[in-house]
Amino acid sequence: MDQASNGIEVEGLVREFKGGIRAVDGIDLEVRPGEIHAFLGPNGAGKSTTVLILTTLLPPTAGTARVAGFDIVREGAKVRGSIGAALQEAALDPLLTGREHMRLQTALQGVPKADRRRRGDELLERVGLMDAADRKVRGYSGGMKRRLDLALALVHGPRILFLDEPTTGLDPQSRADMWDEVARLARDDGVTVFLTTQYLEEADVLAERIAIIDHGHIVARGTPESLKAEIGRPTLEVTPANPVERDAVENVVARFGTPVTASPGVAAVRLRGGAEELAGIVRALDAEGLAMCDFQLHAPTLDDVFLAKTGRKLTEEDEQVGEAPEEEEAVAA
Amino acid sequence: MIEQVAQMARRSILQTLRQPALVIPPILFPLMLMAVNVGGLDAATNLPGFPADTYLDFAIAVPFLQGSLFAMINAGSSLARDVETGFIRRLAMTPMQRAALLVGNLSGVLVVALGSSLIYLGVGFAAGMDFPAGVLGVPALLALAMLIVLGFASLGAFVGLRSGSGEAVQGFFPLFFVALFLSSMSLPRNLIEQDWFRTIATYNPVSYLIEGIRSFIVYGWDGEALALGFGFATLLAAVGVTGAALALRTRLVRT
Repeated sequence: MDQASNGIEVEGLVREFKGGIRAVDGIDLEVRPGEIHAFLGPNGAGKSTTVLILTTLLPPTAGTARVAGFDIVREGAKVRGSIGAALQEAALDPLLTGREHMRLQTALQGVPKADRRRRGDELLERVGLMDAADRKVRGYSGGMKRRLDLALALVHGPRILFLDEPTTGLDPQSRADMWDEVARLARDDGVTVFLTTQYLEEADVLAERIAIIDHGHIVARGTPESLKAEIGRPTLEVTPANPVERDAVENVVARFGTPVTASPGVAAVRLRGGAEELAGIVRALDAEGLAMCDFQLHAPTLDDVFLAKTGRKLTEEDEQVGEAPEEEEAVAA
Repeated sequence: MIEQVAQMARRSILQTLRQPALVIPPILFPLMLMAVNVGGLDAATNLPGFPADTYLDFAIAVPFLQGSLFAMINAGSSLARDVETGFIRRLAMTPMQRAALLVGNLSGVLVVALGSSLIYLGVGFAAGMDFPAGVLGVPALLALAMLIVLGFASLGAFVGLRSGSGEAVQGFFPLFFVALFLSSMSLPRNLIEQDWFRTIATYNPVSYLIEGIRSFIVYGWDGEALALGFGFATLLAAVGVTGAALALRTRLVRT
């Protein structure tokens, strides 16, 4: 199988549940071989449903998708043989040890008997679980479970890896470790990674390209930089040395863009141009004899992108729907 | 397929052995209940027409049935946990055949139940149980006992897969426990005085399962009792395995 078949192509994918609820509503996607592609959206947006469909665990209602060159409906077994997946909850048996999980997974994936122990140990070592290999999984931390889940997804050397919210609920160190391992897989092993996340930072740090999904529709796609550039003009925040000069400072910086709300004592403006205007602003303030004690330029974020595309902030949405039923429940329904 | 079944059976056995609550009660409780009954109901052997010389010979069949009810809980809870934790989806992502999950799980439960059955028999022999069926009767009794275990365990598997809830499996248990008490568990059907009780016990298939096992110990080789015992056990296993297989097909969807 050549490298070109390590991608994902999706056209008009739809998944409708009972009651006419369309969790996925006609999405198109293209994931290029060897890239890390983030699928960003709030809870209930349709991310996990899409992953279940692409991993052959849920048939689509309409549309087509090819994963690793195979049709997900007609060639499900071939798709499964080419992919690995760590789904939303670390699906582990609390009564088995890490090593027993590896033994079971290598056997079920058809790894030759003579290679199973070596392959299992190699992956446990890679994810930093060798010391805990003989401990029952019910004693693992959330981060350890996620790492074991990742190792299990890799036993058969998949060419495409699906990671459904792999860092949800992890502490910052565990999250950083997971990011390192995912980046290494793509960089060193050439694995294509399809990553769903609700964390903007995760998509920004890891992904070469991003698709933003909301209510089952893809509302934006591109590289993090292009998405931010598409909607983004940087915001400048200026703090005068003398607080009484705040309005005077705002009058000056307003010549370069649109004033926006800022903290008390701070003047802020969304710049018409980019960072190249900074020199002119400094000169204008100097010409008016206004001294500054702080000067900050904020680049647009993916949250700004989400706001521009959907009319709400992703972080707010997440808080609002944090208690909403999981997509898993929708699947069961 | 054999390799897959062996792996799943190994996992099932490990799961059971690592939960003392699933090992000790299925052995101790039936034996304790039997000891209480043997101590309290021994006078029943004086009833005209009572088929056994000692109440132990009559009652030793009951632990096999109670053990199979515990096997039902083990099989059902294990599969329900796989659904709850999403482990079943991990299995679905592998080339494993769907049947291997069910056959492996039930095989593991049968191995553990066989161990319990050998203990019941050992305790019976140690306590002076008669065994007119002779040496060949032992494997025949164990075969019937395992067929009964398969029947109840597959019913548990059906509930576990269908509901995806360990609580639902636990809730199923009392239903069968009542069925056990409304059978010929404590007295031969012809010696039950209450008409309604005798009628229920006659229509209750559990009576024939108990009587099939009991026949090895009380009568030796009783063709009618064995035919009814093996017949109802086979029917129970067929219904249970079919139901569990259909529930697995619904639960373990993949294209």
